[in-house]
Amino acid sequence: MISSDPKKVQRICFDNIEVKDMHKLEVAKKHGAYAFLPTVLNEFDTDKIIDEVKTSGLRGRGGAGFPTGLKWSFVPRNTGKPTYLLCNADEGEPGTFKDRDIMRFDPHLLIEGMIMAGFALGVKDAYIYVRGEFLHEYNVMCEAINEAYAANLLGDNILGTGFSMNLMMHRGAGAYICGEETALIESLEGKSGRPRFKPPFPAVEGFYGCPTVVNNVETISTVPAILEHGGAWHAAIGKPNNTGCKIFSVSGHVNKPGNYEVPMGTSLRTLVEDFCGGLQHGTVPKVVIPGGSSTPWLMGEHYDVPLTYDDIMKAGSFLGSGAIIIMDETADVVAVTRRLAHFYAHESCGQCTPCREGTGWVERILNRVDAGEGTQADIKVLKDASTHMAGRTICALAEGAAAPVLSMLKFFPEEVEAKLAEKSS
Amino acid sequence: MSASEMPKFSEERLAEIDALVKRYPSAKSALMPVLYMAQQDFGYLSMDTQQMVADVLKLRLMEVREVVTFYTMFKEQPHGKYLLEVCTNASCMLNGADALYAQMKETLGIGPGEITEDGLFSIAEVECAGACAGAPVVQVNNIYHEKATAESMEALITKVRAGEAI
Repeated sequence: MISSDPKKVQRICFDNIEVKDMHKLEVAKKHGAYAFLPTVLNEFDTDKIIDEVKTSGLRGRGGAGFPTGLKWSFVPRNTGKPTYLLCNADEGEPGTFKDRDIMRFDPHLLIEGMIMAGFALGVKDAYIYVRGEFLHEYNVMCEAINEAYAANLLGDNILGTGFSMNLMMHRGAGAYICGEETALIESLEGKSGRPRFKPPFPAVEGFYGCPTVVNNVETISTVPAILEHGGAWHAAIGKPNNTGCKIFSVSGHVNKPGNYEVPMGTSLRTLVEDFCGGLQHGTVPKVVIPGGSSTPWLMGEHYDVPLTYDDIMKAGSFLGSGAIIIMDETADVVAVTRRLAHFYAHESCGQCTPCREGTGWVERILNRVDAGEGTQADIKVLKDASTHMAGRTICALAEGAAAPVLSMLKFFPEEVEAKLAEKSS
Repeated sequence: MSASEMPKFSEERLAEIDALVKRYPSAKSALMPVLYMAQQDFGYLSMDTQQMVADVLKLRLMEVREVVTFYTMFKEQPHGKYLLEVCTNASCMLNGADALYAQMKETLGIGPGEITEDGLFSIAEVECAGACAGAPVVQVNNIYHEKATAESMEALITKVRAGEAI
């Protein structure tokens, strides 16, 4: 059980993650699932819930860190159109694998969060969009949803409260861009996943032109604890403006890679040394990608940075989805950048010229440079292309593609030079 | 191809699709799940199969084509009975995925887009599978094999060839 004393809280979403068979309704209920749901459905209303979530300081856990309560408050009421709630379980940002564990180990937590969020927003139909590769997680979620329907936790007149909501799983099919919320909406409408211009924002005009809220799995899974213990309780965990706990997916050159949920503000060093068993080689990381492959790199000097949105930003990057990729002294940073460039070129949806062409140029140049066939002129184009594709497109994929390239050029010019020298030697 | 050879969903599938369509605001939203069904039933999405999907959902062929060609998990070409998909993105790369992929190609004697002579295997390099704690990750028909090694994959290939369950 999560402590009602915020000072004692170490985990929220992962409170029951190790419980055996937690994916089964019977077991989940024994550990408190759906216990507070009747109170929310009987005694809370839209304003009360949005107020609590605003007070909690909860920020979107998918990457952007936008305040969740504020996002919900943008949804216009009484439009005569249905409001849709979509859960973003597309989890494709390289390095991110946290939502997968919530779905496969504690699916009822996510379902309960969806019911509460759906109730707050007056939703009749909600969907969870899960990446196509997560077939096992999709099946676990479908099974849990079926159990919830059978127990009258979903469907008509939930628990006799008069509130009705449907919830359905929907599989993507291998397109990173569908994690962008408007691309996700396009995809759910049965189209290729090409991001839309904003505004209009989905809150006003989203799924089939109707008001739509898109929230990440971890965000939604935090809602039940916030409503049970109160927004002020959540706001007292972590740091001001960076409240609550956060799941960090740590991978790369650490001895015990995995998902670790810690209070916001825990230092990177603590996370790596105490939770991840330290680095595979050496004592200080060579590169830290703090928030998924699209975030600028941090260096060994940032090893003690507190893991909060604001502190990571002050250090020059973004907390993103909390996907920390660690490279130790053995890493070939040019080769890693070349691989990431391939990823972005492959995943560019192609609708904006700077991204479609730019990511291709960057990949081809890095292929040459990494093969020892690059020139000084290549490096200039690499920098120009990366700088100029960022900020000139509909979505942020191009910025993400530019981040590792610009980080490599900034922090490791000598390693780039060494690859160029391979040619002349 | 004569009309009798054209792909056709079973009556059970068509009933399943009818029920599915009702759960979305518009039938078009059912396109991706129906394509998965078609892929499961017919192995891959030939042009005839795509036309059949378009007919069932009352969409234009081009609307189906747009989706099939955009998403990597929809296959327009046949592949081996077991599709081995090796993630070589950053975290897997840092944990030896490139060498693993090279070794697997050598063991199978094929490259991406090819099928082994016995029809059992195809191999592909894929983007981040979202299981980086288990790097390097290999998906075998969408089942995740984490912390894969050349040995564990060779053992899996041997088992399949011997007709054993994996």
